[in-house]
This record gives sequence, C-alpha cells and structure tokens, in this order.
Amino acid sequence: MAGKVDSGGQASGVQKESTRVEYGKTLAELGGQNPDIVVLDADLSGSTQTSRFAQLYPERFFNVGIAEQDLMGTAAGLAVGGKIPFASTFAIFAAGRAWEQIRQTIAYGHLNVKIVASHGGLTVGEDGGSHQALEDLALMRVLPNMVVLVPADGPETRAMVRWAAAYDGPVYIRTSRLPFPVLFPPDHQFHLGQGTVLREGTDVTLAGIGLMVHFCLEAAARLQSEGLSARVLNLSCLKPLDWELVLESARRTGAMVSVEEHLVTGGLGSAISEVLTDMYPVPLERLGVKDIFGQSGKPEELLRHYGLTPADIVAAAHRALRRKQAR
Amino acid sequence: MEPITDPGRLRELARQVRRDIVEMIYRAGSGHVGGSLSAADLLVTLFFGRLRHGNGHEPRDYFVLSKGHAAPALYAVLARLGHFPPEQLLTLRRFGSPLQGHPDSGWLAGVEVPTGSLGQGLSVANGLALAARLRGTGQRVYVLLGDGEVQEGQIWEAAMTAAHYRLGHLTAMLDRNRLQIDGRTREVMRLEPLADKWRAFGWQVQEVDGHDPAAILTGLRELEKDPERPGILLAHTVKGKGVSIFEDQVKFHGVAPTTEEYEQAMQELSAP
Repeated sequence: MAGKVDSGGQASGVQKESTRVEYGKTLAELGGQNPDIVVLDADLSGSTQTSRFAQLYPERFFNVGIAEQDLMGTAAGLAVGGKIPFASTFAIFAAGRAWEQIRQTIAYGHLNVKIVASHGGLTVGEDGGSHQALEDLALMRVLPNMVVLVPADGPETRAMVRWAAAYDGPVYIRTSRLPFPVLFPPDHQFHLGQGTVLREGTDVTLAGIGLMVHFCLEAAARLQSEGLSARVLNLSCLKPLDWELVLESARRTGAMVSVEEHLVTGGLGSAISEVLTDMYPVPLERLGVKDIFGQSGKPEELLRHYGLTPADIVAAAHRALRRKQAR
Repeated sequence: MEPITDPGRLRELARQVRRDIVEMIYRAGSGHVGGSLSAADLLVTLFFGRLRHGNGHEPRDYFVLSKGHAAPALYAVLARLGHFPPEQLLTLRRFGSPLQGHPDSGWLAGVEVPTGSLGQGLSVANGLALAARLRGTGQRVYVLLGDGEVQEGQIWEAAMTAAHYRLGHLTAMLDRNRLQIDGRTREVMRLEPLADKWRAFGWQVQEVDGHDPAAILTGLRELEKDPERPGILLAHTVKGKGVSIFEDQVKFHGVAPTTEEYEQAMQELSAP
C-alpha cells in the first residue's frame, strides 16, 4: 500500500502527534467500548499516558507502584481471568527489568497481555543512558509468541492499539516521548505482518521504524534531488516481519538501508539481514546505535551524535549503492 | 464434587498421592521429590476439601502453583480429580508428555498459568483475584509458595499489591519446609521472622502443621473470614515427608531416588 506522503519535510507547520499520547487517548476510547479492558501501570501513568484511562475508569485501572515485575505478573493473572490487560511503563523497565516475567508467564503462557512501553530510544533525551531503551526490541523479538510493533506516527499508533485489543495473544508496542510528524491518514488500518511502502523507488530501499520512517522519507527526497530513486518502507510490524516485502524490495532495488532508534544488533537491521541472508543477499547498511549506551542531551543532539539523521541515511544509501555497483 | 473434610480420608488420599509422586519421579529419573512430598497434604486438603471446582452452581476457584517444581504433587492430585487418566502420570518429564517438568498451561488443561521460575505466582494470583472481583463471580484464588521462593523480591512487591487492593478472597499457602537447594533456609538466606513479615505487609497469618489436614482446613477457613485482607497459611512442613530416608534431607530437593531408595519409599508408603 503506497502512502500519499512524499516527504514529511521539516517545513514549519508539519502536523505532529505523540505516539504515547495517541496510545493514551485510544486506550481511553477503547475503555468505553469494551468493559473487559483493564490497564496497569507502575507509577508512570502520567508519562505513559495511561492516566487518561485511569481518570475515566478508575475501577479498571491498577497502579502497582514502582514494581515492574509485579506489573507483568498481575497483568498475566488478569488475562488468565478473562480480562484484556494493557500494562505500561518505560520501555527499559518493561522489556529490561521485567523480561523474565514476560518470558515465563506472558510469552510462554501465550497470555492476552498488551505491553505498551513508552520512552523507547534515544529521543528520551535528557534523562540519559539509564532511561534510553536501545535494547527493548531485541529483547522482545527473541521471545516466541510475542508480536513486536513500533508505530511510525499517531494514526498508526491508534490503529495498532485498536488491533492489539482485538488480537488474542501477547503484544509489545513501543511508543516514544517525542511527537512525530503525521504520515498516515486518520483512518489508517494496521494489519499484522504487513509493512507499508511509503514511497516507490528503484535504486535503494530505505527501511525504518518509529521516527526513523519519517527520516527515511526526508532522505529519499534528498536522494531524488541527486537523481537517485529510493523506495521507503515502514516496517512497523517488527515481528512477525513482512519478509515478503523485504525480499521484494531487495530484488527490486538491490541495496538496502535499515534505520532504527535502537542498538544496531537485535532489532530491525538484524531482522532484515536474517531475511536477506536466508533468501536473497544484497548489500545492507544498518543504521542504529553501535554497541554503546546513550547519554544525556537534546534528542536532536543525540540523533546527530549517534548518526541517525536524514543526512546519515543519505550517506548510508550511498555506501549501499557503491557496494551494489561493486558486485 | 462434594468436599472431603474427614481428616482420615484426606490422609489416605495424601498417602496415595505420595506414592504417585515417588513412582513418577523414580520412573522419570529426575524431579523434585522433597518439595513435592512436603506439599502433598496441603495440595490434597485444598483440592479435595476446600477449593471449589465449578460443578453445579458453585463458582470455580483458581489455583496457582507458584513453586512450580512441586509439579508432580499437582499432577497426582489433578489425575485423582479426573483431569487425565492416572496412567499418564508415568509420562512425567518425557518427550511429548503434557506433564512437563514444570507446569505448563499450554500442555495441560487444569494448569492455569505456566510456572517454574520462582517468585512470580503471587503476582499472577493477584491478577486473577482482581479479575474475579471485576467480574463479580465470587471466585477465590489460592496460591502455593515455597519458603525459599519468598527470597525473591517480586513476592514482596506482590504482597504489597494484595494488601493494597484488599484481596480478601486471595489465600496463599507457604510450604515452610526449611530447606532449599543449597541448604537450610536459615543458612542460605534467613527468612525469620516470617509470620511477622507477612503481618507487617498487611496480611493475616495462620500458622499450622502442614501435614495435618484438619489444621489446614481450619486455618484456611479462618483466613477466608476476612473479606478485606489477604491471608497466608504458614504451613510448617518437613521436606520429603512420608519417607524416612528423604525427610529433612537437602539432597532430595531435585534428585530421583535409586532403586533401593524407591523400594524402601514404596514400602513406607504402603497401605497401613
């Protein structure tokens, strides 16, 4: 499905929405539609935006305090008891601190728990490396039964949260602190296991998740001005990955770049390289944080420092194209 | 099923369950005999004498085996309740068997949630209790904890949650057999004063002889009277109970008996 957006651009007046705020709003909406939806948080309900649900449905909201392991176990019990629990905290505490609770009970038990974790990636900013989850996608992706989603904008967040409420099984959704430019129309639908082509191109494929999807579109516009044609993919469904779209893009363009606000190992770049290695090897440049922790700073400073700007994507596309031509 | 409250009948059921446990673990060549035998009277008394199975008009109560390594005891009880044919007990731990080394809801109906990694079952029980309250079903939730297990921090997170949310329809049983893998709990990591710890966390505590069905039933009934406070049955037990050579022996945490030990055990557990 090709989107309408050509380049999100950094023009002033570009519409932005926060994925965590859209999560909170959608959850509050769903709460009115489905009395089985319950929400849990671990003392971060303002940040994760579950407070919107809590205000409307206090009897179905459970704050367990600063206790993420208990958060996941309690959510698991609610799921076994027939409820549809959404459990939220920061991504590093959900995927990191409570990983083994998620593994033992939620993933192993294939329980109907939705983990929606905010503050993923570098753009957490000033709180620094302790709070910047750069490992969460890897940690969740290795778990059997787990669906792993990273929305690219507000409409996709809303679609994913609605989808997750209707899906029977464990789901991890990463939201972010910063607002993102809106890419999709308001009525955007999410389909499990499907990536989207946001821009057609023939020379190189730029594949992103989260905020990086928007950056890929910017990079594609710059490449166009150089006479290069880049295909842009939103692979927001990290697991199960749309391997057919990855394969088709590799065949069509012969070179790829993956971009993620995550360690360069274990996340999107690894997932794509697994598909390419198994089926159709082409040059792949993986952009992400390289085996190092984050640090304090403004989000834009951090993205520049760790090489995750549209300019970095353009440079990676050039490297991929050189490797393609050298074959 | 009508509850069985006669202590003599419960003791006899526990004797049969203990035979099953030893037989299963001996045949499997591995398994946790000590902690299964220490929990046998607690599980038999709960499942036959107190827990409601949802037949007729009564609600179905929930049970979570937080100390998942006592799976053989749970399996033996579930088989006697008719969840699966007793012959299947002998497939414990075998490839393809629903009787996995630790309980797995994906393999065996009658198990609510997979356990095995310690310290997690009380949180799950809390979630079940919250769901039961929201649904207004009147279901109670029971959970069996090991004593070594409460060294896990998550237990105390969950203990706070249960008291905070006034989960009076939640009852924990703590199999206080005083041994863990590396030795006596007092040597590995001191737990006492254990009853005071639970009381300080807002729980009711009943201390009982965990091998006395009448005392277990009385303790459970007492804990169920208060609709506001969760309760814990602090059950004093002997690891390996029922077989003299296993009793209070650190060695028999997770080792299968030899043929000689097995024969002696079955003799000691034979009908009186």
